Order: sequence, then structure tokens, then C-alpha cells
Amino acid sequence: MSELTDLGVKALRDGIRSGEFSARETADAFIAQVAKAKSLNAFLVETPDHAIAAADAADAARAKGDTLAPLAGVPIGMKDLFCTKGVQAAAASHILEDFKPPYESTVSQRLWDAGAGMLGKLNMDQFAMGSSNETSAFGNVVSPWRREGGGNAPLTPGGSSGGSSAAIAARLCPAATGTDTGGSIRQPAAFTGITGIKPTYGRCSRWGVIAFASSLDQAGAMARDVTDCAILLEAMAGFDPKDATSLDAPVPKWEAGLNADLSGKRVGIPKEYRSDGMSPEIEALWQQGIDWAKDAGAEIVEVSLPHTKYALPAYYIIAPAEASSNLARYDGVRYGQRELPDGAGLQDMYAATRAAGFGDEVKRRIMIGTYVLSAGFYDAYYTQAQKVRTLIARDFENAWIECDLLLTPTAPSAAFGLGETTDPLSMYLNDVFTVPSSLAGLPAMSVPGGLDKQGLPLGLQIIGKAMDEQSVLNAGLALEQRAGFTARPEAWW
Amino acid sequence: MEEGQGFDRLSPNGNKAMSNYRIQGATGEWEVVIGLEVHAQVTSNAKLFSGAPTAFGAEPNTQVSLIDAAMPGMLPVPNRECIRQAVRTGMAINAVINKWSRFDRKNYFYADLPQGYQISQLYHPLVGEGVITVQLDEKDPDSEVKEIGVERIHVEQDAGKLMHDQHPTRSYVDLNRSGVALMEIVSRPDMRSPQEAGAYLTKLRSILRYVGSCDGNMDQGSMRADVNVSVRKPGGELGTRTETKNVNSVRFVMQAIEQEAQRQVDVLESGGRIVQETRLFDPDKGETRSMRSKEDAHDYRYFPDPDLLPLVLDDAFLDECRATLPELPDAKRGRYESELGLSAYNAAVLTADADTARWFEALLAESARVQKKGEAEVAKAASNWLISELFGALNRLGKDIEDSPVSPERGAELLGLIGDGTISGSIAKQVLEIMLETGDAPAKIVEEKGLKQTSDTGAIEAEIAKVLEANPDKVADYRGGKDKLFGFFVGQTMKAMQGKANPQVVNELLKKALG
Repeated sequence: MSELTDLGVKALRDGIRSGEFSARETADAFIAQVAKAKSLNAFLVETPDHAIAAADAADAARAKGDTLAPLAGVPIGMKDLFCTKGVQAAAASHILEDFKPPYESTVSQRLWDAGAGMLGKLNMDQFAMGSSNETSAFGNVVSPWRREGGGNAPLTPGGSSGGSSAAIAARLCPAATGTDTGGSIRQPAAFTGITGIKPTYGRCSRWGVIAFASSLDQAGAMARDVTDCAILLEAMAGFDPKDATSLDAPVPKWEAGLNADLSGKRVGIPKEYRSDGMSPEIEALWQQGIDWAKDAGAEIVEVSLPHTKYALPAYYIIAPAEASSNLARYDGVRYGQRELPDGAGLQDMYAATRAAGFGDEVKRRIMIGTYVLSAGFYDAYYTQAQKVRTLIARDFENAWIECDLLLTPTAPSAAFGLGETTDPLSMYLNDVFTVPSSLAGLPAMSVPGGLDKQGLPLGLQIIGKAMDEQSVLNAGLALEQRAGFTARPEAWW
Repeated sequence: MEEGQGFDRLSPNGNKAMSNYRIQGATGEWEVVIGLEVHAQVTSNAKLFSGAPTAFGAEPNTQVSLIDAAMPGMLPVPNRECIRQAVRTGMAINAVINKWSRFDRKNYFYADLPQGYQISQLYHPLVGEGVITVQLDEKDPDSEVKEIGVERIHVEQDAGKLMHDQHPTRSYVDLNRSGVALMEIVSRPDMRSPQEAGAYLTKLRSILRYVGSCDGNMDQGSMRADVNVSVRKPGGELGTRTETKNVNSVRFVMQAIEQEAQRQVDVLESGGRIVQETRLFDPDKGETRSMRSKEDAHDYRYFPDPDLLPLVLDDAFLDECRATLPELPDAKRGRYESELGLSAYNAAVLTADADTARWFEALLAESARVQKKGEAEVAKAASNWLISELFGALNRLGKDIEDSPVSPERGAELLGLIGDGTISGSIAKQVLEIMLETGDAPAKIVEEKGLKQTSDTGAIEAEIAKVLEANPDKVADYRGGKDKLFGFFVGQTMKAMQGKANPQVVNELLKKALG
């Protein structure tokens, strides 16, 4: 059955519909792959029953002659940040270990309503804070990729949606949900040679997604190609009255609208992204992407996003500020971990619970966030960062006068080795190309562009106008067709 | 509200009439400066940001949604009705309504605060400057009138409640109140005496009840006040203030001010200084005591709530809010005087409370219908009867007007019987007593008890003759010039007629008989 796991969302969906194979066979095949891949540590919880129930429902519906739901019988992975009814949702943190929500997030519910099944909960950086998956409280995910001739040094699958990226790259699931706050879908997608899209802020409901930074958090789709991302995202997105920041707009038929012809499109190349220290390989990849876009009919224009260099500092003020407040609810009072030393009072319980429950990176960000919001520093940090955010959004608005899309590298490097980056600030630099569009709430995706000298995948990022996911997906498709990226990690796990 | 917020400047309208209230200290007179932050629970079936119900007195933790319990991934969505009520309240005090406002998070840890922050409005409140006109003594139309400035009204979430009496070593948390919508109504420091503060609070409660935005039940915690007090030499620089939290009756607010102002004077005169701090009022001991000083004050790390978009109100919404505002107490009082010809006293008494005014207007409409007269013609008698007869009876029974056993319709029937001469005013008192007891219609009572007034001159003359015969000395005195004795003869005759004689006929016949 292993060939079924080589198929993507579209092929599986169509095959189940046509009766070429059953949904149950499909589910069983992926369940077996998940079970065999424990050494990747991609799944925190395996939920074969969930996947099988969805598969059986799809097969039964087909047997009855019913019209099948858009994702009927397609098994997927679910990032651990999504609340899933009766199944642990821990955000890969000890503080929520064994927390089984009595409710289902809007996004996951939409996927189940579309007929998808869940293979399990995917590992991630704790509370989505990290770029390497090393902040997970349950051990880091190991990328299925290895450097050519680089020995067996374990590599990062990227973060925070590293469980999702690794599982898709290793064919443990055809697609998975991710969330992106400053690059958490795009950077892991780039590191593992898969495709990931973060839609416009507000497209996917945040209801039931464990919050990191509310004004930035956005769920999105991760899969092996652009078409699969379009299919998955179509099922995930939509207005939700339970999320006050949800976009009240119809969801376009993205899959049906896919078109790789970029004639008439102007693709902007932001000059500020071309830093002095950029690696020649990344630069070459970028140029390759530009050539592909041109080949697809696009007009290439150089544009300026003058405030780009302030994006990362602003992000690392705003995101921790919101996180410090969002994570205050993990206090040991109502759910999750509680540490109650003998004779402890309320304050002692808070301190002991949070000290034991949160990992170092989470604590670091809570402290940064608390600091930047505190009396006397608020204006210098938070207010200033919000002004920068406004300027960055304006940069993009100005760029849209001259172009329709932006093309950049996704990350400044290929995947690095686990344990290689120990300095938090160096780690934060991973987000340098992804953060500006997050601050502006714009749709952006990463598609595989090729391999570096060490045989590791590199990604190209496409950024679009708000609400214009279609153009982003179309440009992604154009690059995908020209990149012909077929490399896959050899199974060693 | 955060320490250090507000109360920095006086309202431009605030000093039209200065109170004479002074504390006599060893070093001379002290003036008291008072500002109130009133927390009023918004009347709404659902909480500010969740669909959970808000019934008072429900079993602990039965009115709690996933949002109120701050479960992971839960998000707030503003409840339009709560916003509507706060806007209507703002309109009722002629306040600026901010069409663009925003929610902020006030961050602190406590077991009754599941989110770890309260969603409030610090930087951009829903309602801006307004004013409330108060009369120092509502019942005395000649008493001082003063305008008290309202700095702002913002909406925010209430917290839950800790229960320390359920277990020997543990505390329990009841989240029923968690997330309930509150309006925080912040006055300018325009009040200068406990009486003014009491009048302000009473008037504010009256307006809230008229508008229907808060039930004003202070004993149930639906309305409570944080009392800011400082003292200064009359007209001098503002002193350092203290904030006494969560005072839950008008009387306690007045007591707390009195006690706290006196304490501050004592401290200052003995060479001490006032510390800006939060205090508690102990109604049993009648004193305030320190809760925490400014040094221990939380740093609330306010910032705009990223889960919520700015609240933008359109004209249609504001028009709807304005269109549903009732006639407010001041306007109503003026109308009662000018259009209905009521005395200032009666107008004030009847409009002080929305339920009373509603009851009176029903009585008035029904009386006019029964008696086929204009409302203005029957208003005086109706208002007098309501205030002196029904209020007295309800007082004795310990009931509020809304629980009155006598309906406005029955009251109007009774007034009709007086109006058409069927019964006298004194018989009406008897009839009312029976109505309160049995709930019967007044006409039925009059009929069954034979209380109908008589103008039968023969019967009345016969009784008069007997009265005069029994009191020859008084007759002589009267005829000798003691006019005041006339009332005595009226009383005796009415008594003999068991109150049923038409008083006018009695008067006429007596005058004739006494010559």
C-alpha cells in the first residue's frame, strides 16, 4: 500500500471518489507510515480511530451513491495548537500536557465537516514560539532530510509547524494544518521541500487555536504542492462569528481558479531583502525564481519596502507583548498543570506552576512581553513597534502601486542542524523574510525552489495583496511547474 | 480604574454652587473633594463577550461559558446589546458618544480572573464627557441644584468571586459573574459633601433605571461605587486622594466619605501626610482601612486587546439608541409641573424613580378615562392620593410600588368613586385598606359594605339635630363666636353618619342649623 502514501490530497480525493481505491485503504496506509516513523517524533498523539472513522464514512457515502464531501476520506495531520475535542491539545507544552478540550476548533471542525480524518496531533515549537522545533516540551521533531555527505547529523524541520512539515515531507500524511505568526508555516515548508500558505489575516478562524500572538496568528495549509494547499485552505477558511477578527468575506474557489499563466502580472522584487550577508545560494535561488516568473509571463519590477529592517525588532516586541498576556491564563487554577507546594498560597502556586510548565523560550518571551508593556517602557517599545507596524503595512500598500505580487526567498538559509543555533537572536533571524508580511497580515506562501549544495531544500516566498490568495497560489503554481521539484528524503526512519 | 487615572481636573461645570459642608479641624475648616467611580452591571441576558447568561443568584459556576473560563483558544466577541445599553446611558447624561472606541486588556493575576486580564477600555472609552444635575434634597424643590461632571463611561468585564467559606483549607471560585458587562461611570471630582455624593448616586441610579441599562440594585452588587476622597483648605490645592473600593449602598458611600475625610483631616493635622492608596469600607465598624498602597499597586500593562477590532458605531445604531431613550427624570419632572400643574414636591417625588413614574402615568391615564376628563384635570388628585395614601400603605406593608397589591386601574376606579361623589375621601381610605387586603374592585367593596356616600338631607338633618341637642354648651360657644368649633360639629355628624354623608351637604346643613 506504500504507493498510496505517495499521493497528495487531490490524487487521494479523486481516487477515493472514482473508486480507484478506498478511503479505508488510504487511511490504513498512512496510519502504518505514522506508526513506523516514531524516530521523527513528528506526532505527539496518534489518532488512527479518527482517520478510520472518516475513511469509513467516506466509503459508506460512496457506496450509497452520495456526493462526497470535498476532502472525504483524506487523512491529515493536525498541529497540536488546534483544540481537538477529546484529543490532547497541548501546544507542545507541559503546562497543557494531557489537556483534552471539550470543544473543536473552527478550522479543525471545518476540515472534519469536509470529510477529512485526523491521523494525529503534530509536534511543534512550544506555543508556536520557535523556528527549529527545539522548544517543544516533548522533544524536537527530526527532519526526514539529511545533508548529502554530511553524516547523519539530525536537522531541524523548521518551526514552529515542524511536525507538520516533517510529516508531509516523510509522506506520513498528505497534508497538515499549520499556523503562522511570523513565518511558522513558510519557513518549515522551505526547510523540508514542501509547500505552505499563510492566508490573509482573518481568513481562517482563530477560535479554538491556542493563542500565541493574536494579531498575527493565522492558520494555514501545508501540503506537497500548490494545488493541495488550495484544496485544504478552501476547506479551512471562512467567516466565523466566534472570532471578532475573522474576515466576513466569501471564500473563493481557489482550486478551480488555479492558473499558472502570469501574463499581465507584475512581480515585485523588494531590494531591501537583498542583504549584504545573503548566502550566494539563496541569491541564486532567488534569481532562478525571478527567471521562472518572467518565463511564466510576469513583468519583473524592483520595488522598495523601506522599513523592512525594522520589521524583526517590531515583531519581537509585539508578538511577545501579546503572548505575555495570552499566556496568563495558564495559571494552574482551572486546567492543565498545577504545582502546589506544601503550604503554598495563590502566588506560590502561580510561580511554581508556570516555572514548571513553561519552557525557556516561552518564559523568555513572556518576560520580554511583560517588560515592553510595563509602565514607563510601554511607549518606547510597544507604541513605537505599533507605529513601525503601520509603516510596514504602508510599505506594502505603496509597493502594490507598482506590482501585484512580491517574490523573495523564504528563509536566509537551508535547514540547520539541531542544536547548532543556540543564541535566541540568531534563531530569530530565521524569520527575517517572513515577518514583514505577517505584520501586514498579507497572504504569503513558500514553494520549493530547489536543493542547495548539501542537497537540502530551499524555498521561494510569494507575498500577495490582502484577500488575493488566488494570485499567490497562481504564482506558486507557475514556480512549481518550472522548478519541477521532485526531490524527497530517503527513508531512514 | 487604575490609580492615577482621572480626577486631575475639575469639571468646567462643577463649581457653580459650592457646598457649605466643612470639617472643623483644629487648624480651621477643611473642604472635602469627592469623585465617584460607579460600576453598574449592564442589564443584558448575556455577558459582554460570551453568550453565557447573567442571572443573579444562580448556583455557582452554572452561568459560565468556555470563554468566561478562559479555556485555551477561546475568543471574545462583543455583545451588541451591552454596547447599546452603555451608549443609551451616555446619551441620557448628554455625554459625548465616541463612534470609535477600543478595548484594552488590564493584566493582573488573581484566581477570580480566568484570563489573567480584564477586558476594559482605558485609552478610548465608549462614552466621553457628560453631566448629571442633582438636587441636594430631592424632596425639597428649593434645595441646592448642582451639575456634577461625568468624565467618561467605559464598558468592561466583571471578575468572578472567590468563596472562602466552602472548605477548611481551600478557596473556591465562582465564575458566574466572570465576564458580566459593567459600565464604569467616572465622575469628575465635583462633589463637596457626603450629601452631594449621595444625591449624585441616587440620581445616577434613577437615570440608569429609567434608561433600563442597569437595575441599580446595590444590595445585589449590580451597582457599586469606588469613592475617591481628598481634603483641602477651602479653595486650596487639591490634596492627595484615597480610593475606597466597592461600597455597596448610598448610605455607606456617605458614611465612608464622612469617615475617610475626617481620618484625613486627623492625619494632616497631626503632621502626617495622606498616602495615595486603596482602602476598604467596613460598614460594621463604620470606618475605612488600608487595602494596599500605591507602592504595592499593580502595573496593569494595559494594551489594546488584539482579539478585538476597534468598536465603530454607525449613525443608524446611534439613532436607534436615541430613539429608544425614555423621557428622563428631569424632563418628566418639568412636564409634571408645567403641563400637569403638580406641585414641585409632588413632581419630584413621582419622578425620582422610574417605576413610580410609570405607575403614576398609568394611574393618570386610567383616571382620565374613567372620569372622562383631561389628564391635567385629574393629575393633582391622583398624585396626592398616590403619595399620601398608597405610598403610606405600601410603606406599612414593606412593599415597593411594583409589588403593589393595588393596580393603577383599581386605583383609578377608586379615584373615580371619589371624583363622582360616590364616596368621600375618608371612606376612600377604608376602601383602600380592604382593596389591599382582598384585591377586590373598589365599587364592589363600596356596594357590599354599604359605604356609598349619602346626600339625603333628611337623614343628615336628623343626625345634626341630635348632635346639637347633645352639645348645648358647644352650640352656645359657637354662637358666641368660637367659629373653630364648626369642625367639631362636622366631625360628630360624619361620625354619626358613619362617614357616609356627603361632606359638602353636611357643611351646608350645619351652617343652616347653627344659624
